[in-house]
Amino acid sequence: MRECEYSQISTRSSTPMETPYKKRTPKKRKWQLFPGRNKFYCDGRIMMAKQTGVFYLTLVLILATCGLFFTFDCPFLALQLTPVIPVIGGVLFLFVLGSLLRTSFSDPGVLPRATPDEAADLERQIDVANGTTGYRPPPRTKEVVINGQTVKLKYCFTCKIFRPPRASHCSLCDNCVERFDHHCPWVGNCVGRRNYRFFYMFILSLSFLTIFIFSFVITHIILESHRSGFLSALKESPASVLEVVVCFFSVWSIVGLSGFHTYLISSNQTTNEDIKGSWSSKRGKDNYNPYSYGNIVTNCCAALCGPLPPSLIDRRGFIQSGVPQIAPPANGIPMYGSTQSQQSHMVSESENERQPPPLSSSSKAPMVHHHFLTPEEMPSPPGMLPCGSPMGHSPMGHSPTVQAGFYNPASQDSLHEDSVRGLVKLSSV
Amino acid sequence: MLTAATNTQPFDMAETHSLQDMRQQAAIASKVFIQRDYTTGTMCQFQTKLPSDLEARIDKQQFEETVRTLNNLYAEAEKLGSQSFIEGCLACLTAYTVFLCMETHYEKVLKKIAKFIQEQNDKIYAPRGLLLTDPIERGLRVIEVTIFEDRSLTR
Repeated sequence: MRECEYSQISTRSSTPMETPYKKRTPKKRKWQLFPGRNKFYCDGRIMMAKQTGVFYLTLVLILATCGLFFTFDCPFLALQLTPVIPVIGGVLFLFVLGSLLRTSFSDPGVLPRATPDEAADLERQIDVANGTTGYRPPPRTKEVVINGQTVKLKYCFTCKIFRPPRASHCSLCDNCVERFDHHCPWVGNCVGRRNYRFFYMFILSLSFLTIFIFSFVITHIILESHRSGFLSALKESPASVLEVVVCFFSVWSIVGLSGFHTYLISSNQTTNEDIKGSWSSKRGKDNYNPYSYGNIVTNCCAALCGPLPPSLIDRRGFIQSGVPQIAPPANGIPMYGSTQSQQSHMVSESENERQPPPLSSSSKAPMVHHHFLTPEEMPSPPGMLPCGSPMGHSPMGHSPTVQAGFYNPASQDSLHEDSVRGLVKLSSV
Repeated sequence: MLTAATNTQPFDMAETHSLQDMRQQAAIASKVFIQRDYTTGTMCQFQTKLPSDLEARIDKQQFEETVRTLNNLYAEAEKLGSQSFIEGCLACLTAYTVFLCMETHYEKVLKKIAKFIQEQNDKIYAPRGLLLTDPIERGLRVIEVTIFEDRSLTR
């Protein structure tokens, strides 16, 4: 390690990491060593998923359609009907954009991973509960009774925590997210506790905007064709045709999705729970949703106007030297070529330390099997399909490769799979 | 590895040296973690049961009182009252720009909690060789209680 140029005195007495003079390296912020697969911008202020291609498509579609509307249709409508139309359109457009950016850029409610001490403590407790025997221990779950319903809390092998109820691990972002709804590629982020209301506002306002543009472009064409005939009206504003086509296809999916999420909000369920049928009466007579407040109004208020919890990951905080960092993944495979080289350095160092405890090697095999068996570890299908039918439900073999690190060839396949799935979802709309 | 008292102020060199001295005087014997209590749902509550490792150090009533107060404070933060409703509506109308100048209700309560924990540490836990870590620094997963070795017994 490079010796500090100022120092004349040997600094061997202090720990190798510190020098008695000012550190040359600037302090790192926590987002730079974030273990999940998120991308950060603006020095940690903006947080998105790894694959943002579809998000840019969403932006382009909205901006282009609205741009065409304001340029080609609004002048005519403002003159012929009322100037209030472009004003309302403008307000709707700004609201849509604002809520989209807010959904995409905010922390959905990521749960930070356990510190090494916590993880060790939990492992100890689980060992004591299971009994250290030779055979493979069963998947780790904890049962808890909430409002009279028995809920199983699963142990997350990546984050080394028992997931709170309603939390789920997103394998695309590699994070546990509180009140996980789904991972939305159109928005380029997970939808969870902290950004669900923005997501709902986005799809609701987008429904209104789409219907608004659709109806007024049709009005424009009709009024124009009264004056000069249908075909010449079309020739005069070809942009209107494009807008009608885009809006026509969008209306079905977006309005359907808004309706679906309105139902979810009124019954206080997540997309995840609805798809799995966790609280459906088909599972049993006594099966009910323990989180519902009983009436629709309270459920809506809770989801949309409840207190906004702060981000738990403190991404812009500074890293304290000497404070324990998160535990590395338990799969025993060091993360080669991680985007944060310091992280991989830490991981490979601590991997060597973790060889002696039998837990790390014995947990490798059951962990892989655990991932094969539990569908909960699967990424939820995107919420853009009306009625939430899972179309692109990924094959079972996907999850284990996700854990294997960035430049591992197996993970390249998983990334390729993710983008293929993204395309599949695109074509389904 | 320096796993001593974690506070949010960045260390400067003088403080790090004194922390090293402190570490020599008060070595960490172990850490105990108070887990979350999910029986009321997803609301942030912690288990009030005193762990066996702490039985020798602190009175059961005292500890339960601390955790119960913390639970009440977290319940207050997440309460669906009229105040949070008004705040939510105002925020929606101003496109959430109001939070650039105002703190959310939750953040205000978190500050209260931080002060309370500081107070408890100074008055009750530090004299007994214990240290409570604010749960927000552990992602609201656990209350970390650091047990320091009692040097007075070993000397």
